Amino acid sequence: MVTLTINGKQVTVLEGTSIMNAAKQVHINIPHLCYLEGLEPEYHCRVCGVEIEGEPRLAPSCVRQVSEGMKVQTNSARVRRARRMIVELLLADHYTDCPTCERNQTCELLKLAFELGVKEIRFEGEKPHYELDETSPAIIRDPNKCVLCGRCVRVCHDVQTVSVIGFVNRGLETMVSTFMENGLGNVECTNCGQCIHVCPVGAIKEKSAVDEVWAALADLEKHVVVQEAPVMRASLGEELGLPAGTLVAGKMHAALRRLGFDTVFETNFSADLTIMEEASELVKRVKEGGVLPQITSCCPGWITFMEHFYPDLIPNVSTCKSPQQMFGALSKTYYAEKAGIDPARIVSVSIMPCTAKKFETQRPEMADSGFQDVDYVLTTRELARMIKEAGIDFASLPDEPAEELMGLYSGAATIFGITGGVMEAALRTAYKLVTGKELEKIDIEPVRGLDGIKTATLNVDGLEVEVAVAHGLGNARKVLDEVRAGKSPYHFIEIMACPGGCAGGGGQPIGFDMALRGIRGQTLYAEDRQLPYRRSHDNPSIKKVYEDYLKEPLGEKSHHLLHTKYTKREVV
Amino acid sequence: MNVSVWKTKVDEVLKRSGKSKETLLPCLEVIQEACGYIPQEAITYLRENLDVPSIDIYGVITFYGMLTTKEQGKYVIRICDSLPCYLNKSDGVLGVIEKELGIEAGETSADRQFTLEVVPCLGLCDKAPAMMINDKIYGNLTEQSVKKIIAELNC
Ligand code: SF4
Ligand code: SF4
Ligand code: FES
Repeated sequence: MVTLTINGKQVTVLEGTSIMNAAKQVHINIPHLCYLEGLEPEYHCRVCGVEIEGEPRLAPSCVRQVSEGMKVQTNSARVRRARRMIVELLLADHYTDCPTCERNQTCELLKLAFELGVKEIRFEGEKPHYELDETSPAIIRDPNKCVLCGRCVRVCHDVQTVSVIGFVNRGLETMVSTFMENGLGNVECTNCGQCIHVCPVGAIKEKSAVDEVWAALADLEKHVVVQEAPVMRASLGEELGLPAGTLVAGKMHAALRRLGFDTVFETNFSADLTIMEEASELVKRVKEGGVLPQITSCCPGWITFMEHFYPDLIPNVSTCKSPQQMFGALSKTYYAEKAGIDPARIVSVSIMPCTAKKFETQRPEMADSGFQDVDYVLTTRELARMIKEAGIDFASLPDEPAEELMGLYSGAATIFGITGGVMEAALRTAYKLVTGKELEKIDIEPVRGLDGIKTATLNVDGLEVEVAVAHGLGNARKVLDEVRAGKSPYHFIEIMACPGGCAGGGGQPIGFDMALRGIRGQTLYAEDRQLPYRRSHDNPSIKKVYEDYLKEPLGEKSHHLLHTKYTKREVV
Repeated sequence: MNVSVWKTKVDEVLKRSGKSKETLLPCLEVIQEACGYIPQEAITYLRENLDVPSIDIYGVITFYGMLTTKEQGKYVIRICDSLPCYLNKSDGVLGVIEKELGIEAGETSADRQFTLEVVPCLGLCDKAPAMMINDKIYGNLTEQSVKKIIAELNC
């Protein structure tokens, strides 16, 4: 243990603690910009400078470790002056289009300037004029707003191990870019959007589909159908000012109707459908000696990652489309038929916590209905903006259900939105498929929680089924390397690209706070407990879609509409 | 470009210094020397052998003025625009070179004879404005003197 003094207060902390973290223990938040909890500190910005007695220069408190007897000042006149100066300099050449900036409600630079009392910018730097990177169907990068904090580079390298963005050039020309400046759409970017969450400013954002959706809603010729991903019910409220984790499924349906969507369904319905198909596939592989472990396929970030970095594991990946795409295909076939609407008139919109879904939907193979199965994807943030733009008082809306045909869902579907949920949902149904009995202990605790890799063993009629769950692509790599080496003990593996699963998707309310992602998950588990059906195979609308249309899981129609194949992609 | 030229040299470095991230810069240096630039295949080779993502290799290449991914002309002219050279009118000299060669900074002439680059300090501040053509140093440049230097190379 080390004892030091911060602003005259004694504090004792573990050796190796940074001054910034030690200060938290005496209730002092040291302002910072390039530091972010959850990423290794790299001290680019120097905003966190503090005075240490006996040292001529200010020390970056995010990396500087405590030492015995150290005397630290975090709020001296000199420290305040230096901090303001740094922020002024950052603003001097910053492309300040704050009123129209994506992040003007969540910009850390703006907040810093305000909190540090920056009242004038005494310098004028040359404003950059870089081209935007609009090569990706999901994510836009604007280097003009970049403050070179390196947070996106760290999350992409260290957390996701995708490593497609980095610093290039030198001096004033330094910028974050991609290999050969080819753009995100031409490298191995998985579209996970974690870089959006860590960026303190508006330099990275989703490619918006808001205008296209407004246009579709206004077009009387069109019949606009909407689906909302499982986690939306736990995060949309947050983006609209309600406390984190408020369950807003009912209000969400009501808001969508008021925005003018013609039919409000649920991705949860197709999540149940995914389970029917995926659990059947697993049972088939186990019984018939197919390729194991089977790996889940509902996360498009993971799928792109796999196609680039682990194409040799394609035979392991479930052929099931994601719930979004299953829904899309059915919205223009099953629903069109039931409702007697020409599928050419149907516009299928999905509300997703995810940026990678924007990529997924424009894959050429996602057109099994004869049309592009899903036309537009809106993130949580985009839908919230539309609701605000329409002047809808979200908090006071009544609770309304989604329409039954493709809107009824089980608790198993709801928990898709948090890491471990797909696994749990699949096991609930696989158990039934194998044993003919219902799994008694329906809450499968070992696959819950935020540990990066979770494992469990489930006894299914004498067979010990081994499963693993990984979230965040860095964690996924560890599990996949085992599979690649032929050393994987598992039958079934769930992988989600984003830390936390969809709860932490790239389209969610801005932030990299794992605890918050966990709270959204708790909301989903709470809804699961209170729903009348908790197993996908109990969902009456699922029974109906098989009876009336698909006939049986893995059947011919399912094969055509609900399953897909993968493509090996290059690494440049 | 003959692949074996850079590959043999890189393999020598790898053998001597081991396959680690620290070996990246020495590898890039020998490739640049052998080819006059860093070809794409060489980057792929380094990525696979050193386990460094290509964006990081690209970052290093763009950081160092002496490394480039662009195929170079026979003569690579590097003219300094850091403060001492700039104050001694390096921009005027640059303008003359651009006019004489018909290319702009960062470009290579169509006949692959010349590549023109503006680089940060070459350490020749005592001879400002200064430039290097391949390994040769030229200092105290004037608009007249560079015209002459280029004319000599051109024949
Ligand atoms: S979206 Fe994900 S993979 Fe792509 S650059 Fe951002 S962090 Fe990296
Ligand atoms: S793009 Fe954003 S996160 Fe990345 S370095 Fe720039 S300011 Fe930081
Ligand atoms: S926050 Fe410490 S240097 Fe940026």
